[in-house]
Amino acid sequence: MSDLDLQVPAAFDPFAEANADNSGAGTKDYVHIRIQQRNGRKSLTTVQGLKKEFSYNKILKDLKKEFCCNGTVVQDPELGQVIQLQGDQRKNVSTFLVQAGIVKKEHIKIHGF
Amino acid sequence: MVSNSLAAQKHYSPNSIHTEKACISIGREDKRIIRLKDLSAIMAEEENQNELVADIAPFDPTKKKKKKKVVIQDPADDSVDSLAEKTENLSVSEGLEATFSGKKKKKKPGHSDLLSDEKESIGEDVDDQPGDDEEAGEIVLQQLPWEGTDRDYEYEELLGRVFNILRENNPELAGDRRRTVMRPPQVLREGTKKTVFVNFMDLCKTMHRQPEHVMTFLLAEMGTSGSLDGQQRLVIKGRFAPKNFEGILRRYVNEYVICNGCKSPDTILSKENRLFFLRCEKCGSGRSVAPIKAGFVARVGRRKAGT
Repeated sequence: MSDLDLQVPAAFDPFAEANADNSGAGTKDYVHIRIQQRNGRKSLTTVQGLKKEFSYNKILKDLKKEFCCNGTVVQDPELGQVIQLQGDQRKNVSTFLVQAGIVKKEHIKIHGF
Repeated sequence: MVSNSLAAQKHYSPNSIHTEKACISIGREDKRIIRLKDLSAIMAEEENQNELVADIAPFDPTKKKKKKKVVIQDPADDSVDSLAEKTENLSVSEGLEATFSGKKKKKKPGHSDLLSDEKESIGEDVDDQPGDDEEAGEIVLQQLPWEGTDRDYEYEELLGRVFNILRENNPELAGDRRRTVMRPPQVLREGTKKTVFVNFMDLCKTMHRQPEHVMTFLLAEMGTSGSLDGQQRLVIKGRFAPKNFEGILRRYVNEYVICNGCKSPDTILSKENRLFFLRCEKCGSGRSVAPIKAGFVARVGRRKAGT
């Protein structure tokens, strides 16, 4: 019964979750990682929705170096800048973004199959 | 053992409600009624304890598990033991033990279809209970175990009996949620560059969703284009394996079909001034769902000479 004391919480914030959601600013902040099929067995990975403050070119450079693939930053009239990478790099990109601390894991949405 | 005892613990909570029913419909001997009520009281107590622990420490899962093991198992055993003493029937504890351990094993091979893992993970607590009851029911179904003997009835047996009667007379009340298992998508290749989703309409019907909605979601997720053909099959540009469809459909069901509150797939998707709302038919809860957005689609293939 002595372990019961351990169970007493120091400070439990019941609104922690709600606050976290608020800071995430709803659904707008998601980073979408998509895949698109090209001819044959080739594919394309697009990363959309990164924060504007980041330097896309620098991120892209590291991504390219890390995954040994080519890529570009595409300027889309509606969605702003989008990173395009060659090949299916969805997993790679998401782990990279999380590890670099650019995006939180819960704000990444991986689309495709 | 831990999980078993926990599962047992979980199952007590709904059972304690049913004990009253059991008493009403079955109670032949007054003693039996009292005993059952005692049992339910014990269980309620345990549940309270359980809740207390859960309330106190909601954030440290490992601790909680350990705690639960220590705290909960004892009263459970105690209650079982006391019950055994009361009924002077040694088979009680054994029987309980056996059913609990058998439960997990039995549950697993049952589901082996599309979407089953996902749904299982979502509706764990939902689908735990019916399986349990079912098992109890099956035991009784084969033969009434107390028939021919002079011993007292066990709680599980009586509970099973109640559920059997309930199921026979009006099955929808038995809480026996037959989870709608979707058939796996049948996918054909049309030529080398197109994929045909044959039972697309069937799946839409089982989900009660507009084919257009499902189609836009699929196409947006896959980042391609496609259309319905003459036989209401979905033709998609690009090569996709059935497994891909499975994953996407799973996501679709999670997002646009399953009710968040009760996990029932019995929901209606309606559009109210440009927003999609999901309304549950079972529990009446509603939520808004995100509109389907295709997002960025890069241009693949040949560019026109002009641009």
